[in-house]
Amino acid sequence: MSDNGTFKPVIVGFLCNWCSYRAADLAGTSRMGYPATLRDIRIMCTGRLDPTFVLRALQKGADGVLIMGCHPGQCHYQEGNYKAIRRFALLKRTLRQLGLEEERVQLHWASAAEGVRFAETVTRMTKEITALGPLDWSHNWPNEDPYALEEAAHE
Amino acid sequence: MSDKKGKLGLYWASSCGGCEIAVLALHEKILDVAAAFDIVFWPCVMDFKYEDVEALEDGEIDVCLFNGAIRNDENAHMAHVLRQKSKVLVAFGACSFGGSMPGLANFTDKDAMFDWIYKQSPSTDNPQGTLPQKHSQVPEGELTLPNFWRTVKTLAQIVPVDYYLPGCPPEAHQIEAAVTAIVTGQLPPPGSVIGPDVTVCDECSRTKNEKKIKHFYRPQEIIPDPDVCLLEQGLFCAGIGTRSGCGALCPQVGMGCRGCYGPNEGVLDHGAKILTGIASVLDANTPEEVDKILDTLPDPAGYFYRFHLPQSLLRRRALGNGQKQTAKTGEAT
Repeated sequence: MSDNGTFKPVIVGFLCNWCSYRAADLAGTSRMGYPATLRDIRIMCTGRLDPTFVLRALQKGADGVLIMGCHPGQCHYQEGNYKAIRRFALLKRTLRQLGLEEERVQLHWASAAEGVRFAETVTRMTKEITALGPLDWSHNWPNEDPYALEEAAHE
Repeated sequence: MSDKKGKLGLYWASSCGGCEIAVLALHEKILDVAAAFDIVFWPCVMDFKYEDVEALEDGEIDVCLFNGAIRNDENAHMAHVLRQKSKVLVAFGACSFGGSMPGLANFTDKDAMFDWIYKQSPSTDNPQGTLPQKHSQVPEGELTLPNFWRTVKTLAQIVPVDYYLPGCPPEAHQIEAAVTAIVTGQLPPPGSVIGPDVTVCDECSRTKNEKKIKHFYRPQEIIPDPDVCLLEQGLFCAGIGTRSGCGALCPQVGMGCRGCYGPNEGVLDHGAKILTGIASVLDANTPEEVDKILDTLPDPAGYFYRFHLPQSLLRRRALGNGQKQTAKTGEAT
């Protein structure tokens, strides 16, 4: 949430070292404009992305998670992004059952030459998440323990 | 502890009673337990009142084996009382460790549950729509029920826990090992899970080849080959991401591992690890092909978080966000 009360989402980005992180670099050095909502984390390959990372990001306060890697068929490690496709499909179904909107976790591709595509993806996802509003997952854990509540009341 | 008898307490919170039976499955070894400990609190087996345990000195119970999840004020009250009265508090069994079956309630909400259980379910006859009330007046006076929580929690989310003994229920040889460790004072560092840190696959004797799955089957749909890995045959098995110690009992008899022993050391989210393992055996390279295979695996979140939803990173289904959309797709459990 920004100072003036309008909602500005926090999106955690997991970008692969060989394509999408370089696409982000290219977007930066080419001075392309896109919303400052992405907190990017470089991973060697989208195949390295443990679903735990995504869940952890959401639990720690992210409003969305963007996973980006090389186009299918162009993985630096031959098939890492195919693993990401399979994992992401299953993660998406799991998150749906946990009550998350589909737009909050997305998988996209951008090669090292596609700075424009990267900037567009971040812009589009920011719009979608802004429309959904904050995730605020910690609100989903009501503290109903009478002892803890009593303690909190004394503090 | 050798010259003087220790004091042992056992308690069930939100649980099925299977853990109590698991203790009795020690068979004649239970006599060793009785020789080493005076049982000061075990409401399932002997007549104790909560006042009895509340009257004990702080730290008077040497070891308390606490089974069951925390889903109402009564469970939480006893968790706090037993923490105060016990030197060593052991989360005993999958419910107190990870939430287990009661924890599956975190896929829904209190209101939805009450509505189904007391109004909608086909076997219910409740024309007045009566729901359990926290307070109700009867001729003898006022009766109260413990407050029923919206979210099921694990024991460690309520009070500090010294040791964890996973399993649904814990296997007798592990209970025995834990009791022996306690009696002889040879305990692992506090906060440890008592048991080996390997996966179920490690103890499973089935032959493992390269896994490539085109279709998932429910157990009733096929008769599996008795010697080959169940996952390779398309039967869901959580063994790839689940701590062992059970001796791979379920896969040995043709039923895929359900995941009751929970995550291995250092794993933050049990379900995410099983998810990763399952996703990596899918024989498909495009989202469409992957979806076709996944359509044969209903309720994936239920499979991944069967025993450890309250302990997982997200802990429950969203209470507010996204409920409209989920209701629309109708996939919620």
